[in-house]
Amino acid sequence: MERIKVTVAVTGLNNTDNPGPGVPVIRALRDSPCFDIRIIGLAYENLEPGIYMPGVADKVYLIPYPSDGVDALMDRIGYINRKENIDVLVPNFDSELYTFMKSAGKLDEMGIRTFLPTLPGYEERHKANLPAFGKKYNIPVPESIELGNYSDINRVTEKFGFPVVVKGKFYDAYIVNSREQLTHWFMKISAKWGLPVVVQEFVRGTEVNVVALGDGRGNTIGAVPMRKQYITDKGKAWGGITLDDKKMMELTRSLIAGTKWRGGMELELIRTENQELYLIEINPRIPAWVYLAVGAGQNIPEALVKMALGMEVKPFDKYAVGKMFVRYSYDLLVDIDRYEHISTKGEN
Amino acid sequence: MRLKKNIAVSETGFVFDPNSGDSYSLNDIGLEIVELLKQGRSDSSVLTALNSRYDIDRASLEKYYHDFVSMLKYYRLTEERPDAGADSGHNPGIQPQ
Repeated sequence: MERIKVTVAVTGLNNTDNPGPGVPVIRALRDSPCFDIRIIGLAYENLEPGIYMPGVADKVYLIPYPSDGVDALMDRIGYINRKENIDVLVPNFDSELYTFMKSAGKLDEMGIRTFLPTLPGYEERHKANLPAFGKKYNIPVPESIELGNYSDINRVTEKFGFPVVVKGKFYDAYIVNSREQLTHWFMKISAKWGLPVVVQEFVRGTEVNVVALGDGRGNTIGAVPMRKQYITDKGKAWGGITLDDKKMMELTRSLIAGTKWRGGMELELIRTENQELYLIEINPRIPAWVYLAVGAGQNIPEALVKMALGMEVKPFDKYAVGKMFVRYSYDLLVDIDRYEHISTKGEN
Repeated sequence: MRLKKNIAVSETGFVFDPNSGDSYSLNDIGLEIVELLKQGRSDSSVLTALNSRYDIDRASLEKYYHDFVSMLKYYRLTEERPDAGADSGHNPGIQPQ
């Protein structure tokens, strides 16, 4: 089979203890027997490990944060595209997705294809909208309150008591056991991610997750359920194992069919003692543990890029149960000139 | 009661529940019991097999066996047989509640 020559730009090279999905997405694409691939890494910080990791990106460019504005980001993407002729862009951060979705037309004009969620789909699954989402699609979700200002904290004590889970609109989630702790995390999270801060009813149980890919027409192209076996203090999976759980798969398929989800997604669920599943969050992008799904037989990033290229993709019908991943940390040695290049020229 | 069909048991006594992702270690006798249950043997049949191999009075064996099976149930490694109750007349003392 002749390999398809393709240049893919990928964000999320921060392979830290709070890892972005960029490096595993790139590994998955490099594993593909269908692509003769050139990877353009897009980094926000000059110390993102993926910039320096051998065999990851062929070339890396710094890009401005979405908070610098759409124009600055699109100007930079335009510059990179003139040099690299990007075929597909795979954004991997929740916080940048909105900007890229809004700019889909501009990207298209540049000849850059994406496979992103629709804006309404993206909006309705927001943490703050989750109770309405659960009701609409008949999925159990915990109750939640949106805190738009400091005084809203009173509403939490009136409605829930403690513990509750306090969450940033894009990232961060902490279990808090008192008003003092809630105030502390409200301040920290709102300073970092802005308002609103979401407070969710605490559901006791085991956290389980699904990585999935929807084709935008209601079909589930791939889905692999996983349980975190080893969790960092940031709540990130440092180890995990694929599960054989029909309920999780049914919930995923029904959600994708109902929402006609387009693109990658991660469902965060709590399985209670009574084996009930509660949806606690939908992340609108591929998660950092996606390489587990690849190892289990579903190369979800490859399927996503194929769909972005307009290729027909058959849904995966199986995966290996009991496949595990364990992360590790590794000291990469880097010569100063590479750091200098990325810091001063914004490319490497 | 029987062991769930999808529970994986290795010859070293490592048990993996693919539904929960949990894993367990069995000692030699635990492994022997689980292997007998995996064969679809009833409680009374497992007890008879154990009684013939080990020097233990039947009452103590039933007690330890019942404790062990309760643990398997607690960890959701078992399920009811479709024909549950069929052999309940043989040994009502150790049948599941």
